[in-house]
Amino acid sequence: MKPVRRQRLILIALMVVGAGLAAAFALKSFNENLMYFFSTTDVSAGKAPQDALFRLGGMVVKGSVERPGDGLMVRFKLTDFSKEVTVEYTGILPDLFREGQGIVANGKLDGRGVFVAEEVLAKHDENYMPPEVKASLKAAAEQKKP
Amino acid sequence: MSLQEFFAMGGYAFYVWTAYGICFVVLLANIILPIIQRKRLLRHLALKQKRHNL
Amino acid sequence: MFLIPDPVGRFFHRMASPPHFYALTEKLMPWLVGIFLILLACGLYGGLYLAPPDYQQGDSYRIIYIHVPSAWMSLFIYIVMAVTGAIGLVWRIKLAEIVAISSASVGASFTFIALVTGSLWGKPMWGTWWVWDARLTSELVLLFLYLGVIGLYNAIDDKRTASKAVAILALVGVVNIPIIHYSVEWWSTLHQGPTVTKMDKPSIHVTMLVPLLLMAVAFKFYYVIAMLQRARLELLQRERTANWVKKLLTEPTP
Repeated sequence: MKPVRRQRLILIALMVVGAGLAAAFALKSFNENLMYFFSTTDVSAGKAPQDALFRLGGMVVKGSVERPGDGLMVRFKLTDFSKEVTVEYTGILPDLFREGQGIVANGKLDGRGVFVAEEVLAKHDENYMPPEVKASLKAAAEQKKP
Repeated sequence: MSLQEFFAMGGYAFYVWTAYGICFVVLLANIILPIIQRKRLLRHLALKQKRHNL
Repeated sequence: MFLIPDPVGRFFHRMASPPHFYALTEKLMPWLVGIFLILLACGLYGGLYLAPPDYQQGDSYRIIYIHVPSAWMSLFIYIVMAVTGAIGLVWRIKLAEIVAISSASVGASFTFIALVTGSLWGKPMWGTWWVWDARLTSELVLLFLYLGVIGLYNAIDDKRTASKAVAILALVGVVNIPIIHYSVEWWSTLHQGPTVTKMDKPSIHVTMLVPLLLMAVAFKFYYVIAMLQRARLELLQRERTANWVKKLLTEPTP
């Protein structure tokens, strides 16, 4: 390779590496802000902001969904399989909202430690399969249980 | 599955068909526009050359 | 790179000569379009008709067949653009510069499609058109990078200078590519994790996976077709005064 070309190639490599390092440092310092939601463990540990809106993500605990009033109010528990947080929400839930499903709620904590949500978004997983396959998987899992 | 059922997309017809429609239009435009522009350029250059030769 | 055998070097040199490239792409085009259309037809038939609905998302998940291949292409084309841009910078090969800039508009289109179809999928499933999470935001940055490349190229009149400027911008923007790919693992996002490229077995049923892969290959062919069409235009514009173009014009309609 001619020296001029080698020089250009080295210059380009340095530029890309430099840009990469700059981006890595920038992302590291903004790491917290890039998190879209807090986990239920964060909330239990008091890491989430008080008196301010934030997003809480977790799995809807099976059997925890209840409608205490006769309105649209829903109460359910969210978990990250270590800590649970109770959530209250009044409004229309997305199609994918169901027990055992991941969701992200936007709202704030009230005095009782209950998360009052203004918005609930469903977070779907990366698994895709036909309903029959899901049914047979479920049956197989139940057979395994004693 | 009937044709009607197929187009209904289980109630998600609006979202599914809009997505496919937009995708199709954008992809088609990406092929057709450069071809039209190239034909136009060729015509323009041919005209210029003819004038030059006169 | 240092010891290229002579015949190989000559082959690439001939390939990279503008008149040869122009003639060759014209001959290749019907084949590329034919293969693309067959793959597209199979992919769409498999994805929209044969594949069963999803156990959770019903039929709305069928947007995956354009959303995911488009998102893959948006990353793939960016890498092609950056690499050919770098080749143009180092070796000053005209054809590399042309492939780089011709890729930009196709890449921008795929990024746009990925964002719009994602939005149309997010509304019924997540409950929102848009969120500012790491995945969606970094993909939007990619669209702006593509638009920046196109805008910069058009703003500079001397196209050789423009190509150099554009290549540098594209190379700096490469840092965004791993960010997009790993955003769903590094940060908590509303967007779900990867399905097909997961290290263990893909978590998508085979009847749904096959059309997805067909569409992905079809989009690759589409990219080659659209990029070559742009490149032919770009080449003519740059070489308008060259002898081979003059000869082309005197021939009966091309």
